[in-house]
Amino acid sequence: MEVALEDNNLMEKVLPPDEQEIDVELEAKEKKYLRGEGANLESLKDKKLKTQLASREKLYGKSAKAAAKIEKWLLPASAGYLETEGLEKTWRIKQTDIAKEVRETVRDVAFLHNDQFFAAAQKKYSYIYARDGTELHCLKERGPVARLRFLKNHFLLASINKIGQLHYQDVTYGDMVASIRTGKGRTDVMEVNPYNGVVALGHSGGTVTMWKPTSQAPLVQMQCHPGPVSAVAFHPNGHLMATSGKERKVKIWDLRKFEEVQTIHGFHAKTLSFSQKGLLAAGTGSFVQVLGDSSGGGGGYSRYMSHSMVKGYQVEKVMFRPYEDVLGIGHSMGWSSVLIPGSGEPNFDSWVANPFETSKQRREKEVHLLLDKLPPETIMLDPSKIGAMRPSRRKERPTRGEIEVEKEVAIEAAKSVEMKKKTKGRNKPSKRTKKKKELVENAKKTFPELEHSNIAGKKRRIGEDAAAELPASLKRFARKN
Amino acid sequence: MRIKTISRSVDEFTRERSQDLQRVFHNFDPSLRPMEKAVEYQRALTAAKLEKIFARPFVGAMDGHRDGISCMAKNPNYLKGIFSASMDGDIRLWDIATSRRTVCQFPGHLGAVRGLTVSTDGNVLVSCGTDCNVRLWSVPRPSLEDSDLSSEKSTEPSAVYTCKNALLAVDHQFEGDLFATAGAQLDIWNHNRSQPVQSFTSGSHSVISVRFNPGEPDILATSSGDNHISIYDIRMSSAARKILMRTKTNSIAWNPMEPMNFTAANEDGNCYSFDGRKNEEAKCVHKDHVSAVMDIDFSPTGREFVTGSYDRSVRIFPYNGGHSREIYHTKRMQRVFCVKYSSDATYVISGSDDTNLRLWKAKASEQLGVILPREQKKHEYNEAVKNRYKHLPEIKRIVRHRHLPKPIYKAKAESRAMNDAKRRKDDRRKAHSAPGTVVTESHRTRRIIKEVE
Repeated sequence: MEVALEDNNLMEKVLPPDEQEIDVELEAKEKKYLRGEGANLESLKDKKLKTQLASREKLYGKSAKAAAKIEKWLLPASAGYLETEGLEKTWRIKQTDIAKEVRETVRDVAFLHNDQFFAAAQKKYSYIYARDGTELHCLKERGPVARLRFLKNHFLLASINKIGQLHYQDVTYGDMVASIRTGKGRTDVMEVNPYNGVVALGHSGGTVTMWKPTSQAPLVQMQCHPGPVSAVAFHPNGHLMATSGKERKVKIWDLRKFEEVQTIHGFHAKTLSFSQKGLLAAGTGSFVQVLGDSSGGGGGYSRYMSHSMVKGYQVEKVMFRPYEDVLGIGHSMGWSSVLIPGSGEPNFDSWVANPFETSKQRREKEVHLLLDKLPPETIMLDPSKIGAMRPSRRKERPTRGEIEVEKEVAIEAAKSVEMKKKTKGRNKPSKRTKKKKELVENAKKTFPELEHSNIAGKKRRIGEDAAAELPASLKRFARKN
Repeated sequence: MRIKTISRSVDEFTRERSQDLQRVFHNFDPSLRPMEKAVEYQRALTAAKLEKIFARPFVGAMDGHRDGISCMAKNPNYLKGIFSASMDGDIRLWDIATSRRTVCQFPGHLGAVRGLTVSTDGNVLVSCGTDCNVRLWSVPRPSLEDSDLSSEKSTEPSAVYTCKNALLAVDHQFEGDLFATAGAQLDIWNHNRSQPVQSFTSGSHSVISVRFNPGEPDILATSSGDNHISIYDIRMSSAARKILMRTKTNSIAWNPMEPMNFTAANEDGNCYSFDGRKNEEAKCVHKDHVSAVMDIDFSPTGREFVTGSYDRSVRIFPYNGGHSREIYHTKRMQRVFCVKYSSDATYVISGSDDTNLRLWKAKASEQLGVILPREQKKHEYNEAVKNRYKHLPEIKRIVRHRHLPKPIYKAKAESRAMNDAKRRKDDRRKAHSAPGTVVTESHRTRRIIKEVE
């Protein structure tokens, strides 16, 4: 009996190689559905809470496994692909191989939450129209607008105008949520990061700034290019950003570390767009190039396909169509579309976006979207922080002794700075000593608290640093936080 | 080269006839759902607010008794009926489902009726009172032609047994035909004998309440006027366990799902949950009532219990949590003397001093009646998403908010101030004494003096 049981155990451990591969693949997919690391339960002292959280973590693991299995076996469609054999290169394959009203200037158009409404930035003001063209609203407050973008989860219409003012308006009840003076001058490069709802502006000095409606100062300022920024695009996973500058470079940035990941030389892209599967389309002149990521993390963008239009057609804007392998190109003579295999997500989720929705489903979805409308305060660089714990302050405020020590060190450093000996009669000793005194004063200025406490000097409650040295019975007289 | 692009045929994704169901496709990829945590938080906030909007727990009041209600009994076999007895000897059977009227009356007792219980097969109703009588009644079978609302039938007792002293409580065994009465002593009776089959005397104080264990048919718990809780096995001649507390216990209830645990409703406003096998400390102390807790009953799921207290409120506690999840009160409801949790875990019935029985919903915002499966799923989703974020301040404030009547609010504020002052003083005493000399007692043992046997 025992021998038979042992044999069974051995057989279970050694899986056939196919199943082992499937296991590894499933584990990789599971990670995506787990959405980050599990919580560290070791440091909890409360046993009841620990068991509750442990059982919840198990449930998360089970649901991630189920989702990974569903993705592997049950999703109906598979992504497009373009595979070459031998010495063929994908970018040489042409399209022929694959298949064979407003009468004034409109600077930008944006759809609102549905295809029933769109906003157009016209010469003087912006207007909101219904699908059949009836004008619904005239947005006078913004003035002449250069770019319009819609934040879907927050129902905010963001726009940038000629004098560099950023406006956010809530389209459900028409309130202007924020109007921010960027202070960087005129720009017409504006994109919304779909992952966190942050608006990025590209400026003529080569900086890219990111804004949220609740603050007057930008969240992030990145110096991307030596010259003006001509286009910005965001990867749907929110970690990658592509910018192009007039110096003929396209740079890929990692937004978690704000570091450059890759630079692509050779062309000045007037417009950039990411697809759902991570392909990057860049349009310059009458030529559109599609780059694909060979490595997973975003560093290996290389030529995947290209398309050149009739010479003389200037490409203004490229945009990938979601859930289809299609790239739309807007150019000076109209609009055309090309097929890019592997760019769209083949399996859509009916509750998120249904390309085949009926009007009843569309109305229901609109109501649900409105119920789930997020307040503008939820726009932040890292949206997963909602519901997370505030990290405890591990580093305590430095005690008085420590501050004094730091001050001494800073004064010493200021005193020991080597002064450059100036020539041509500018090396007066009085000026040198004055400059040295200034340096020491500046070093002292960074420690203002000690100055004040010296001046006060009266009897006051004992500070925290002294509280540690107090006996237990006198602790109630220590200053409370 | 091999090329494939996404091509979807419209037939696969749309329905042929309008009678067909719409096809639904799923892709659980998180990258398709930006800002899902913020959306979930917003849904939790909306769910918490909706719960408060739909919270209407009071279903109705049943009027009929002419004196305050002293005790109630559930019929284990018939969901819609409940028995109640009042201080002037009036026993009634109510139909709580649709009509909320008296179906049948059982006149006969001369003084207050102190205890009511029904046998497990639902045939025999046992009542006892201060007129030293135990009466056995046969419960009328509910018939289909029973729509005659005007006739309130009354029946004769099938047996009347007399005792020497006034009787304070009665409970029926879960399997078998023994029942126990509490008075000057604890008596075990058989349906057919006119004298008790067995008697337990313990000291000079009367036994106030009795409760048989649902799991073991021979074990029962009693509480006596000298602050004891005793656990008896009727096959033995004396108490198996005794716990002495500081104040007397008004009522005991066994957990139907974990029959070794029981909860005692105490005079000091707390409920103490004990493990029947280990009595040195309480498993859990449930503190929220401001005045004496008069009665306690467990839900059939074993996860919650309802208590009624002298401070005119009814509270629902989780079985392992220290504070109540819900409080019910009305201006017209005076001192609550008895509560029952209905056998389908949906309703709570309270009987109070103002001669009314009140029917409440156990979950205040629950939708009664038949619920479609889609509605059910939505309710479950709302519940789950609210529980996920209920520790965050905005949602916590909405979920926790309850309106308290002014006397209870003031009493709680006062007791909180007193407890804070006491704790501060104890901390200072501790700080000023040698370490280890002053020991803080845990709440679970604080009110227990000792355990005997």
